[in-house]
Amino acid sequence: MAMGDFFHYEFVQRALLAGVLIAAISSLLGVFLVLRRFSLIGDGLAHVTFGSVAVVVLLGISPAHITLAVLPLVIVSSLAILKLTRSRRMHGDAAIGVVSSFGIAAGILLISLSKGYNVDLLSYLFGNILTVTQAELMFSLAVFVLVAAAIIFFYHDLFAITFDEELAQTMGKKTDIINTVLFILTAVAAVLAMKIAGIMLVSSMLILPPLAAMQLPMGFKKTILVSLLFSILSVICGMFLAFGLNLPVGGTIVIINIVLLLSVLGIQKTFTR
Amino acid sequence: MNAVDVNHLTFSYNNLEAISDITFTLQEGAYLGIAGPNGSGKSTLVKNILGILRPQKGSIALFGTPLSRFHQWEVIGYLPQRIAALDHHFPATVEEIVLMGGVKTSPSKLQEILESLKIAHLRRRLIGELSYGQQQRTMLARALVHWPRLLVFDEPTTALDPETRDIFYSLTRKVNRENHTTIILVTHDTGIIGQYARQLLYLDKKLIFFGTFEEFCRSQDMTGFFGTGSQHLICHQHDGTKEKFI
Repeated sequence: MAMGDFFHYEFVQRALLAGVLIAAISSLLGVFLVLRRFSLIGDGLAHVTFGSVAVVVLLGISPAHITLAVLPLVIVSSLAILKLTRSRRMHGDAAIGVVSSFGIAAGILLISLSKGYNVDLLSYLFGNILTVTQAELMFSLAVFVLVAAAIIFFYHDLFAITFDEELAQTMGKKTDIINTVLFILTAVAAVLAMKIAGIMLVSSMLILPPLAAMQLPMGFKKTILVSLLFSILSVICGMFLAFGLNLPVGGTIVIINIVLLLSVLGIQKTFTR
Repeated sequence: MNAVDVNHLTFSYNNLEAISDITFTLQEGAYLGIAGPNGSGKSTLVKNILGILRPQKGSIALFGTPLSRFHQWEVIGYLPQRIAALDHHFPATVEEIVLMGGVKTSPSKLQEILESLKIAHLRRRLIGELSYGQQQRTMLARALVHWPRLLVFDEPTTALDPETRDIFYSLTRKVNRENHTTIILVTHDTGIIGQYARQLLYLDKKLIFFGTFEEFCRSQDMTGFFGTGSQHLICHQHDGTKEKFI
């Protein structure tokens, strides 16, 4: 079968569309998270997602609804990270570590209690974008519209808070509200990214495209747009390569992202000599 | 009109008092220098005035409005001691930084401010590529672009070379005199502060002195507190003859 033939299948088209949307969501939010040194929040929330999957499985919720079912727990965990950071007694990385450890530990304990359940938790660890449902695709589209709208309408606030939160406060910016919205959207992005890349690789979707864009000498707006472009490019190339060479989709997308980052670093080094 | 009213302000970190029972009033158009040793509560006082920290005891009013009901933040300009996120990789141009927060200003006014600070040629450069002095001038341009009524500087000249520091201070005096902008300048450099500020607030967790430099220089209490040598050094710098405008 030729590589392009795969894309005649409806479930593959759905996967590609969902992949592009989820990559776009992650890369847009990722710019703000990486610059605010919350790069590893994706990792932390992925671990929480693992624990949350175990919770919903134990509650007997159908695997078809797991993505939506884990959302409330992951959002609460994301806000817990924000709250711990705000307390001024803990840095962001430590707060992520606390919530992440709790997520993974709770997951392992709950899985051991759910031995009778026939659920393939490995599929959550490594992701499987080909199982994206129509409802998940529509949800991804809705979240993308929400994230894009939030960035357009609150661009100046988000830029000021990312540059310096205290300075933004003195400009009358509602930093608490903006932070809460950002962390809720990040939780949603982490759960959706789990579908493509799996829990193990969620943070790569949030970190790699923004990092690659940041290596280029550009202003803030252009960095956001290039990050978006890199993420979409990596998903499209990754899916073509994965189907053509019979490789796992999530891993291939992440490797493409790494290659993009290294290429940009190489180009930048060559031109700055 | 009073620009700043601080009444019996007390603030603690983890039950440890950083500033205690501070009261003073600053009229619009004033140029106040806040000085004190390290850990004396200078930055804490300023952060309370700017609403970054919330007063635990006492009250603050800006331009006659209690801080809790104050919403005209566009009239306040703030230049922090250091920018949290500012590293070599922060992807923002000088122009993006100056217009941060969605400031609406005409291209000619923006150009005028950038030219007055000698950074017009850098407007498309990334902030991380600039020297510290150029970064500080960019941050000053950001604070000035609002045409603020109150400008607050928190140790703005740390790590600046003496020449750039003098230019920076002279510009603050120019803004104060020409635009009638109220200025609060925090510094640990009591030798320099007297050249530019007209009033002094000396802090060491409590208010040690608040008044004009002339009052400070005549004060027997301050002679007792600082010793004749230190008091003379501050007063000598405040001779009003070393005006340097850029």
